[in-house]
Amino acid sequence: MMVAPPADSFIAVQGLYKSFLGQPLYEDFNLSLPTNQLISIFGPNGCGKSTLINMISGLLPYDQGQITIHGKPIRQARIGYVFQNYRDALFPWLTAYDNIAYPLRVRGVSAAECHHRIRTLVETFNIRLDLERYPYSFSGGQQQLVSILRALVGDPEVLFLDEPFSALDFETTLFVRDKLQEIFITTGIPMLMVVHNLEEAVYLADQVLLLSKRPTRLVERVPFDLPRPRTPDTLSSPEFIQVSHHCLEIFRQEMGK
Amino acid sequence: MTTTPRLAIRRSRSRSGAATGDRWLPLIGLLVLFGLWWLIAISGWVNPVLLPTPLTTLGALVKGILSGTMVTDFGTTVLRTFAAFALAALVGVPLGVALGSSEKLYRSVEFLIDFFRSTPASALIPMFVLFFGVNNLSKVVIAAFSALLLIVFNSAYGVIHAKQSRILAAQAMGANRWQIFKDVLLFESLPQTFIGLRSGISIALVIVIVAEMFIGTEQGLGKRIIDAQQILNVQDMYASILLTGLLGYSLNMLFLTVEKRLIHWSGK
Repeated sequence: MMVAPPADSFIAVQGLYKSFLGQPLYEDFNLSLPTNQLISIFGPNGCGKSTLINMISGLLPYDQGQITIHGKPIRQARIGYVFQNYRDALFPWLTAYDNIAYPLRVRGVSAAECHHRIRTLVETFNIRLDLERYPYSFSGGQQQLVSILRALVGDPEVLFLDEPFSALDFETTLFVRDKLQEIFITTGIPMLMVVHNLEEAVYLADQVLLLSKRPTRLVERVPFDLPRPRTPDTLSSPEFIQVSHHCLEIFRQEMGK
Repeated sequence: MTTTPRLAIRRSRSRSGAATGDRWLPLIGLLVLFGLWWLIAISGWVNPVLLPTPLTTLGALVKGILSGTMVTDFGTTVLRTFAAFALAALVGVPLGVALGSSEKLYRSVEFLIDFFRSTPASALIPMFVLFFGVNNLSKVVIAAFSALLLIVFNSAYGVIHAKQSRILAAQAMGANRWQIFKDVLLFESLPQTFIGLRSGISIALVIVIVAEMFIGTEQGLGKRIIDAQQILNVQDMYASILLTGLLGYSLNMLFLTVEKRLIHWSGK
């Protein structure tokens, strides 16, 4: 039954099964995501959006199926992961610098190389934070930015983001969202992002994956190909409004079923 | 992003106003206690032989310290308490962390730990005397045993209740089991471990004092308190009790200070 995934996909999911407490969540779920894209996942509560990216990123076991990242098993791929709750995902006993360096140190990268990579990162994205401070002394947006840098420093082949804005207030959401767009434009690292807000799902994405209630199906892949960088004006552009409206329409239909 | 400095200023402004007066609040309770004590002592309700005034007691404390014997007793008790604590911490922290990192292992000894933790350590003194005799060692071992249980329990608990999200984060960054253990679990358990160490040294002092009273010894604050009571030297008894209290309080403060500096992230 196994079919080789298309070569130009950064993530390929085939015949995925996962159940929770005897309730099927995913049944023969298939997904193939084209590379160099930023992809948002949106769906009703409890449909297993986070479960899906946790399985793809190897943080959660699944019952059956095959998942590959750039054609390799998950274990062999370099991934970056940004958690929803930065406060519980950063290590408060380490300074921001040591937090960012951690994925490199785990791999045995030398201190000099760590220093070089972090400097490059900080200069490329114009990060103006005192990295010798501890995470808890930063604001929420700054902490989430440190989490994103930590996920980027190891030169990941794919970046997973689990509701990266949902613990932030509106003002900082705008800041982190713009930084994330800047990072995507500069690095081109493919990103898979779970978002709980439709506007945010559409704003940054090349494609929005709309999921159904459980057992979860992929209802539709909605492309959104407005050129980057996208700005606040994007939000009032006819394309954005049309795509958002279409997504909302499908979401309503799914909820009504 | 601009909210941080604004917040900081607001907080420091509101603090500076009330701080000067508030600093002396803890002294009020102390003054009230000494005042009541003094009133009762001079009122004649209680036989003056049983309750000297606070001033007389403080005088006895100073005299005892200057005459040297109280210092020797104090030193002996401190030494025993620290010896017991060191023994308990050296065994207890690694043991607790090891137990905590395997849920099955912990569950299999959980009942034993909970049982002995709930048994008053003083009830075990006669048993320990049977095994270790009435020498210095037995007092240290009993105190160490009771501190050990608290330390093991808290260290294990700290590891078990490590934030799952941080373990996942380390896993996503490619950390192996050993790296997760030494870089995440150990640090996650530290705040709880320190609670164990702090309660451990408190219980060690309690048991050392009780052991000094009932096992028999040449020196020690426990021995001094019971001897003073036996010959109705109440001034010295109260002075020794005060000194023991001071010792316990200082140990607690010492540990809190170390904890605050070392576990700087606790509660943040």
